[in-house]
Amino acid sequence: MKTFGLLIACAIAACAAANDTFFIRGVDVYPVTGAEMKGVSVLVQDGKIADIGAKIVAPKGMKIVDGKGLRLYPGMIDSNTELGLSEVSAERVTVDTGELGEFMPQLKALSAVNPESEHFPVVRANGITSVMTFPASGGRGGRGGGGSQYISGQAALIHMDGWTWEDMEINRSAAMHLIYPSIASRGGRGGLANVDFADEIALLFAGGSAAGTFTEAKRNYETQVAKLTEFFDNARQYQKERTANLPGFKRDLKFEAMLPVLEGKVPVAVPASRERAIHDAIAFADREHIKIVILAPQELGKEGPELKSKNIPVILGRTEALPENQDAPYDYAESLPGEFYKAGVKIAFGTFNNEFSRNLPYNAARAVAYGLPYDAALKAVTINAAEIWGAGDKMGSIEKGKWADLMLVTGDPLEVPTQIKALYIKGKEVDLSNKQTRLYQKYLARP
Amino acid sequence: MKRLFLMGLMALAAVAQVTVIENATIMSEGAKGTFKGSIVVKDGKIIEVGDKVMVPPGATVIDAQGQFLIPGIIDCHSHIAVDGGVNEGSVSVSSMANIRDVINPEDIAIYRALAGGVTAANILHGSANAIGGQTLVLKMRWGQDAEGMIFQGATPGIKFALGENPKRAGSPQGGRGAPATNARYPATRMGVEDVIREAFNEAKAYKATWDAYDAQVAKGQHPIPPRKDLKLEPLKEVLEGKRFVHAHCYRADEILMLIRVADDYGFKIKTFQHVLEGYKVAKEMAAHGAGGSTFSDWWAYKAEAFDAIPYNAAVMTKKGVVSSLNSDDAELMRRLNTEAAKAMKYGGLTREEALALVTINPAKQLGVDNRVGSIEVGKDADIVIYDKDPLSNYAKVQKVWIDGTKYFDRDSDVSARPSKELEKKKLADQEKPATPATRRPQ
Repeated sequence: MKTFGLLIACAIAACAAANDTFFIRGVDVYPVTGAEMKGVSVLVQDGKIADIGAKIVAPKGMKIVDGKGLRLYPGMIDSNTELGLSEVSAERVTVDTGELGEFMPQLKALSAVNPESEHFPVVRANGITSVMTFPASGGRGGRGGGGSQYISGQAALIHMDGWTWEDMEINRSAAMHLIYPSIASRGGRGGLANVDFADEIALLFAGGSAAGTFTEAKRNYETQVAKLTEFFDNARQYQKERTANLPGFKRDLKFEAMLPVLEGKVPVAVPASRERAIHDAIAFADREHIKIVILAPQELGKEGPELKSKNIPVILGRTEALPENQDAPYDYAESLPGEFYKAGVKIAFGTFNNEFSRNLPYNAARAVAYGLPYDAALKAVTINAAEIWGAGDKMGSIEKGKWADLMLVTGDPLEVPTQIKALYIKGKEVDLSNKQTRLYQKYLARP
Repeated sequence: MKRLFLMGLMALAAVAQVTVIENATIMSEGAKGTFKGSIVVKDGKIIEVGDKVMVPPGATVIDAQGQFLIPGIIDCHSHIAVDGGVNEGSVSVSSMANIRDVINPEDIAIYRALAGGVTAANILHGSANAIGGQTLVLKMRWGQDAEGMIFQGATPGIKFALGENPKRAGSPQGGRGAPATNARYPATRMGVEDVIREAFNEAKAYKATWDAYDAQVAKGQHPIPPRKDLKLEPLKEVLEGKRFVHAHCYRADEILMLIRVADDYGFKIKTFQHVLEGYKVAKEMAAHGAGGSTFSDWWAYKAEAFDAIPYNAAVMTKKGVVSSLNSDDAELMRRLNTEAAKAMKYGGLTREEALALVTINPAKQLGVDNRVGSIEVGKDADIVIYDKDPLSNYAKVQKVWIDGTKYFDRDSDVSARPSKELEKKKLADQEKPATPATRRPQ
């Protein structure tokens, strides 16, 4: 029986291997990193892009895909989701984001990813081939410690298809999700909101606020920063003792998980809504000599030069969002990506969501309508995301040697009516049907 | 006060004037389809539509060359402009509560909706009760008072709700078999049906008493009038077809259930709202004459939304249900145009069919299609101009008129920003010295 199972496994593996080699003929290629190439051919071998050009010919017997009248783009990347970890957001038993505990760097989103989640085929049907999946929801921390979680765990960069989460893995530790303390938090879409000076007045009038007076809130904030700093100090002490291999050294899973962060191999991904929060988070990263990615900022303020000069990337939240303040311009969220771009900051988009992850390209398009150059928007959902999460050499553009994570589409992928004709992950054609297309066909045919 | 007065004057001036919008690509959603042409607006109405129109002397002429003109967007499900909560959740039948009493004309969401091309919206009570409160239709006349916002002549409605929301109050602990302290009937879909049947059972008897009274009065008699019941009065109106039922629902079973309840008691469901599984029972909905007002692509946020499909609007349309796409959300409300475009992607509706989902179809669902929803002679001049194809993600609303009065202009909005910013700073500066740094005011 066991041998039989193995045989089947081998057969499937062999089948998959054979399926990641093909030739797309006469297609318009939009590499993202270079100028478009009209009516060229693309050779995909062993899951990788082997050649692109007008003159290349298909090796004999190779599967040929006709790309006439279609466009080829790299698959898109959503830089913040909870895919695989949350199925029905209102039903806690189906949700695995938001663990208890204050410092939880040892938690890995990857190993809780359910490859059979109905969300994967739904999201990828819109051209998204990989995502970052975070251990805490919406850029917020877990429910532990009365909402005062500092480190939620490791966010993973995954492909949108695979038999197991190991198959899906691109980088199991693409970022450490860190919630930097804020003076007072208000529930906001896609991240924590910090209080800036103007809000201090508002806070004073906010009777019944959990933080109490501003002074109390500030004291809380300082205590929390001290606590976080102490955790990092301890982790660094652990790192030293580990290197020295002192007698009696005890392995600690939390600190072990922190080592790649301390070594600058894994960035911390920090939600920072306000200008001051961005500033504070960067200052912390500087003090600790660690890499940082800012999540879901709601304003740029004067942080542009600092973000640019320190090469700190920013994951923008949805442009399909209301302004946080009553008196902000109605197109505040839509205009924000353009502002970050103009400041020279490297940006990518995240939907901070599962339900609307498939609308990632429309969030980028909306930013284009309000000032973000088109090319920058396209990069923000492809190559920039790949680079930010440490996979820029493998994906995010159509270039020789990169994975064939490709979408074959009828037009501009950022526009709603555009249809995805075929999708490839590592050269393997991915099924575009899903729970929704099946229900559609079933009930459309109902007599 | 002075500002309001001035605004009033300006509005009056605009109405009295004749406006001609020329050279636009007009997606009329009416008999003329999509064409390049012009319209003439006078006294708040569209008086001429055509490839070429006569420009009356003294008319304000707007050249919309390269731009798109569509009828104002209508949102069939919204909770903006409501002061405070939308749920009177203490009872299973809260038909005595009325949204009309709590309209807040200063909600910034009204202006933002305008900036997204919305000119009218159905403002609903929440979904905590099997039979909820009374609803009404507003026009987004930003700057006017609550009374001035009301879409006069639109049929008032009442909210019903099926499924998880109305039964939630039945089990405050959430768990099966958990002690339900202060539980409010119903806790199941069975109970939801019963609550609605009980209410209409009462309402029918109530109506019969009034009908008998009215008959006696008609005969010239002077009987003692029956006691008015504020809970049953709106249900009586439902039975008389004077008030529309807008029923929040998700699953096919509960949609079918309500159709049969309505059949039994002799009333109609005007629209099923959300109706995420409408595609499963579109045949029964069409036979009943119910409309379906749904989301484009919301799903999986709760168990009863797990079978939602983005093809829903297209399937319902193809099966003969008057369908619309609504927002239920102050944010989504601002981009219903691209929500409509999703029905082209998912289900292959034509451009006109797609745009109808947010214009003429919701107008039909609210019984105001003789007034709004298309660019046709005699209709209210509720008009939106986009810089690009309104079904594109790159399109921005440029101007919005309601009853021929301009309520939104992107250029004016953008150019006013620096002075508003200055005004805000000045006000903040005035506040600062007076504010104690650490003490909370008593």
